[in-house]
Amino acid sequence: MSKEREKNDFERSIDRLEKLVDNMESGEASLEQNLSWFEEGMDLIRLCQSHLTDAEQRVQRLIKKNDHGFEIQEIE
Amino acid sequence: MSHYQDCLTVSKLNTRIRNLLESKISDIWVKGEISNFHHHPSSGHMYFTLKDGGSEIRCTMFRMNNLHLKFIPNDGMEVRLFGMVTVYEKRGQVQLKVGVMEPLGLGDLFKSFEALKQTLEKEGLFDAKHKKEIPPYPKNVGVLTSGSGAAFKDVLNVLNRRASHIGVLLCSVKVQGEGSSEEVVEGIELFNQEKSVDVIIIGRGGGSIEDLWTFNEEVVARSIFNSNIPIISGVGHETDFTIADFVSDLRAPTPSAAAELAVPLREDLILGLTNEKTKILRIIQNQMEQRWLFFDQIEKRVSNQRPLRKIEMQKRAVSQIHQRLSLAVDAKKSFFSEQLNHLSKQLSNLGPNQVLERGYAIPIDQKGRVIRNSEQIALGESFRLNMAKDGLIAKKTSDIKDN
Repeated sequence: MSKEREKNDFERSIDRLEKLVDNMESGEASLEQNLSWFEEGMDLIRLCQSHLTDAEQRVQRLIKKNDHGFEIQEIE
Repeated sequence: MSHYQDCLTVSKLNTRIRNLLESKISDIWVKGEISNFHHHPSSGHMYFTLKDGGSEIRCTMFRMNNLHLKFIPNDGMEVRLFGMVTVYEKRGQVQLKVGVMEPLGLGDLFKSFEALKQTLEKEGLFDAKHKKEIPPYPKNVGVLTSGSGAAFKDVLNVLNRRASHIGVLLCSVKVQGEGSSEEVVEGIELFNQEKSVDVIIIGRGGGSIEDLWTFNEEVVARSIFNSNIPIISGVGHETDFTIADFVSDLRAPTPSAAAELAVPLREDLILGLTNEKTKILRIIQNQMEQRWLFFDQIEKRVSNQRPLRKIEMQKRAVSQIHQRLSLAVDAKKSFFSEQLNHLSKQLSNLGPNQVLERGYAIPIDQKGRVIRNSEQIALGESFRLNMAKDGLIAKKTSDIKDN
């Protein structure tokens, strides 16, 4: 039973960032290519940082509804 | 009646008591409650007192016998012991040498625990190949426990301390008693339907084995196995092992520990990003510098190339020619001007001025012609007399016929 996990956007950003840095570090790409990776990388870093510094803990409650659905409520 | 000669030493008495008891009271089951439990750290032997409402007896369970116990005995635990009565001769203390210990009243539970564990193990539910990877960077964490329990507060504290940027979704369920396992199963399914959490922490605080029983239920185990979202279990205390622990993707000793394992430290993530930033900045900077060096070299090489040098040489040639030409022109100019001087001198020698200098004059009529005889102009007509330095205007008054 193989269970493929779906990655969230933060994880995908980090993965992409690591790949960019690997590519850049390999030293095989042209300056133009590296500059475009660089820009993409800086955007990803900004994105991730803003996510991390959004530091307020958010707690919600998952509740089962009678019709087999669910709803989410804010708590605290 | 005995005599003084039969007087025993204490040691001998105790030996006789021991022999008597060991031969008469062996292979017995005794039940009671454990107290003063002590597991000797170096020898591994267990020492405790077994008691009921009215009486107590010292018990010893040696290491070789307790090595394969399926649970950790504790004060207050009701147990059934199998063993023999003996005497610790040094103290004259009667005690029970324990060979087997079973939790009392839970005998059936333990049997079903073992049976279920074996069944699921055979089915492969515990196999490492089924363990899902715990996501390294979760954005949302699901917590499946009692919302009012201390365990949830602990989990929340740990999550907040380590990674306050991470969202927490609580599914509050009964964690013990009637209907508890159904609620846990529903909760796992709910998280899988809702799909927003990257990992689920399931667990509860410590309690008796009956309190923890929900996490030994087959439905719960299968539900954990079927979850598409990775599950970290943290049930009870460190020493509690449940079926849920075996089947979950990662087992933590406690709910707090599960929370620790579920999320990375926010500070570490920020540091990691800063490092990546420094790295790519450095790479780009290096490459820019390399590129500038390269440009400089190229420029040098290009400037050494033929085309430019040719142009330079042609320029030089042109300017040389120009120089020579102007020198030549200058030379010609002075030659001509000398010639001119010479010629003008000769000319002036040939001209009338020399004659005029000697006192002669040249008459010129009003039409500019030289007057060669008197008839050329009428009486009264004025004419000009050109002399060496200047001249004068004269008028014809008469003719002179004979000269």
